[in-house]
Amino acid sequence: MTSPLSHPFLQVENLARIYPSPTGGDDVTVFDHVNFRIHKGEFVAVTGHSGCGKSTILNILAGLDAASTGNVFMDGREVAGPSLDRGVIFQSHALMPWLTVLENVSFAVKSRWPRWNKQKVCDHAMRYIELVGLKGAEHKKPSQLSGGMKQRVGIARAFSIEPKMLLMDEPFGALDALTRGVIQEELLKICAETQQTVFMITHDVDEAILLSDKIMLMSNGPHARIAEIVNNTLPRPRERSAIHKQPHYYPIRNHLVDFLVSRSKQFGALRDAPDATSSPTVFDPADLLESFESTQPELNVVPAPPVGKPHIHLVNA
Amino acid sequence: MKTRLSLNQKSTLLSLVLFGVILLVWQLATLPQADTVAAGVDPEYAALMGGGGATAASSFPTPAAMGQTLWDKLSDPFYDNGPNDKGIGIQLAYSLVRVLGGFFLAAMVAIPLGFVIGNSRVIYQAVDPYVQVLKPISPLAWMPLALYTIKDASASSIFVIFICSLWPMLINTAHGVANVRHDWLDVSRTLEVNPLRKAFRVILPAAAPTILAGMRISMGIAWLVIVAAEMLVGGTGIGYFVWNEWNNLSLTNVLFAILMIGVVGMALDSVFGVLSKRVAYQE
Ligand SMILES: Nc1ncnc2c1ncn2[C@@H]1O[C@H](COP(=O)(O)OP(=O)(O)OP(=O)(O)O)[C@@H](O)[C@H]1O
Ligand SMILES: [Mg+2]
Repeated sequence: MTSPLSHPFLQVENLARIYPSPTGGDDVTVFDHVNFRIHKGEFVAVTGHSGCGKSTILNILAGLDAASTGNVFMDGREVAGPSLDRGVIFQSHALMPWLTVLENVSFAVKSRWPRWNKQKVCDHAMRYIELVGLKGAEHKKPSQLSGGMKQRVGIARAFSIEPKMLLMDEPFGALDALTRGVIQEELLKICAETQQTVFMITHDVDEAILLSDKIMLMSNGPHARIAEIVNNTLPRPRERSAIHKQPHYYPIRNHLVDFLVSRSKQFGALRDAPDATSSPTVFDPADLLESFESTQPELNVVPAPPVGKPHIHLVNA
Repeated sequence: MKTRLSLNQKSTLLSLVLFGVILLVWQLATLPQADTVAAGVDPEYAALMGGGGATAASSFPTPAAMGQTLWDKLSDPFYDNGPNDKGIGIQLAYSLVRVLGGFFLAAMVAIPLGFVIGNSRVIYQAVDPYVQVLKPISPLAWMPLALYTIKDASASSIFVIFICSLWPMLINTAHGVANVRHDWLDVSRTLEVNPLRKAFRVILPAAAPTILAGMRISMGIAWLVIVAAEMLVGGTGIGYFVWNEWNNLSLTNVLFAILMIGVVGMALDSVFGVLSKRVAYQE
C-alpha cells in the first residue's frame, strides 16, 4: 500500500519560523532546517520539549499558519492554506458549544459534501459518532459531555470528512490516563480500518510507541530541528496491554526517554553551523536492541514490566 | 406541623409583605388632614395645586383612589375621544410602535455594521473615535436637528430612538464578533466553510449572547427615552399622556402612567431575558 519509492505523500522542505526580536536585537529562530516526509498510510508521532515549535509546524501543515521559509507539499501540491484534505484534531477539542454532538459532526460533513441532503449528512455523521462509541449521546451538547467524550467528538468530526491526512496536536493531553488509554485503542482501530495518514504531536512516549510507525524527535529551540527519527517496527495489531512484551519495546522507549532527558539539549552545536547537515539520524529498532543489550550485558532478557507501568510524561517547562 | 417554605415561597411572601407595607405607608401619608396642606407652603402655589386648605384632603391620591383609577382605565384601555382623551392602551401602543420601529431600524444598521467592524481591526480602529464621540450624546439633543430635517414629530421621535438604540447594539456586536474564540474560526477554516456560512453558522451563534445583551441594553434605553421624547414633541404616546395629565393636575393619572411605563418596560426586558436564554451556550 505504501510506496516509499515514488514521491512521498507529504514532503516538508527546509521549514523555518523566525520571529523578529522584541528588543531589536537578533531575530529569534524557533526552528529551521526542518525536513521530513510522510508516506501514505503512515502514522508519524512528533515529540520534543515544550516550545520547540511542534504546534507551529502542525499549524503550518494545516495551512492555518505560514512558515517564514520553506515549503510543504502534499500529494505533489504546495500547501497554501487550510483545506478539507487535512483534518485537524485540536487539543482543546474546539467543539461548538451551541451545537449538539450530531450537529457538530454534521457541520463538518455538510462542509465536505455541500450537495448532500439532510438525511445523508445525518447518516454519515452518525456512522462516525458510532465509530467513536458515542451512540446515544448524539443529541447532547458538549457541555454535557466529559472531557474524553468531547475529544471523541473531535475525532469523529475529523474522521467524518475523510481527509487525506489527519493532524493532531496533543489530542489526549488533557485526559486522565485511563480515558487516554481507551481512546488510544479506539484511534488505533480506526486508523487501521481507514489506512489514515496521521501526523501527531505528543508528550507521551508510550503513546508515541503504541500508535506510530515513525517517531520524530525534535531538539530544543531556538534553532530546533528534527534531530532523530526512530522507525517503530513493532508489529501490528498492537495492544496496549501486551506491547511492552515486544523485544524492541524497551530499547525504543529508552532511546526516546534518553533523547528527551539528555540528547535533546546537545544539538545546540548545530546552531553555529547553519549549513550543517539537516537530515536527521534515522534509528531502527534492531540497532537500538543491540546498543540496549550492550549497555545491559548482565540483563539479556527484556525486563519484566513493572506493575501499573508508569507513563513517562514530560512536564512542560 | 412544621412546614418548610421553598425559596420561591419565601420570596413571594416577602414581596407581598413589602407591598402591604408600601400601601400602608402610602395610606398613612395621604390621610385627610385639615389645614396641613397650606402649612409651610406658599399659599399661591397651594392654590395652584388644587384649592389650598379648602378641600382639606391631600391632593396626592390615596391607594383606594389609585385602585379605582386603575380599574377604570384598565377596563377600557382603547377608547378614543379626540386628541386629549385616549385610552391608556392606545397611548402605550403609539409609544411601543415608535420604540420598536426605531429599535429595529437601529438593529438593521447596527448588527451588520457591527459584524463588519468586529471582523476588521482596521475598520474597528477607524470607526472607534466616531463611536466614542457620538455615544455619550443624549439622544434628546438630536431632537431639534431631527425636527428640522424630518419635520414630522412622530418620525423625529423614532429617529431619536434609533440613535439611542444604535450604540449599545453596535458596540456589543463588534465586540462579540471580534472576540469569537479562535478555535472555532480555525475549525471553520480547516473545513473551508464559505464566508456567508461562517458568518451565520459560526460567528453569529458565537457572538449571539453578546449581541443580545447589547439589544437588551438598547431596548431599555429606548423605553426610557421615548417618554422624554414624547413629552417634547407631544401629540400621542405615553410620554405625552404623562405631560398632559400633569397639565390637568391629575396626579392620579400621572401615577397610573408611571406604573404602566414600569410594567411595559419590565415586559420588554423579560422578552429579551427569554431570548438571551435561548441563545446562551455553556462552554
Ligand atoms: N509572537 C511570537 N514572538 C516570538 N516567539 C514566539 C511568538 N509566538 C510563538 N513564539 C515561540 O514559538 C515557539 C514555538 O511554539 P509552539 O507552540 O509551536 O511550541 P510547542 O512545541 O508546540 O510547545 P508545547 O509542547 O508547549 O505545545 C515557542 O518557543 C514560542 O516562544
Ligand atoms: Mg504545542
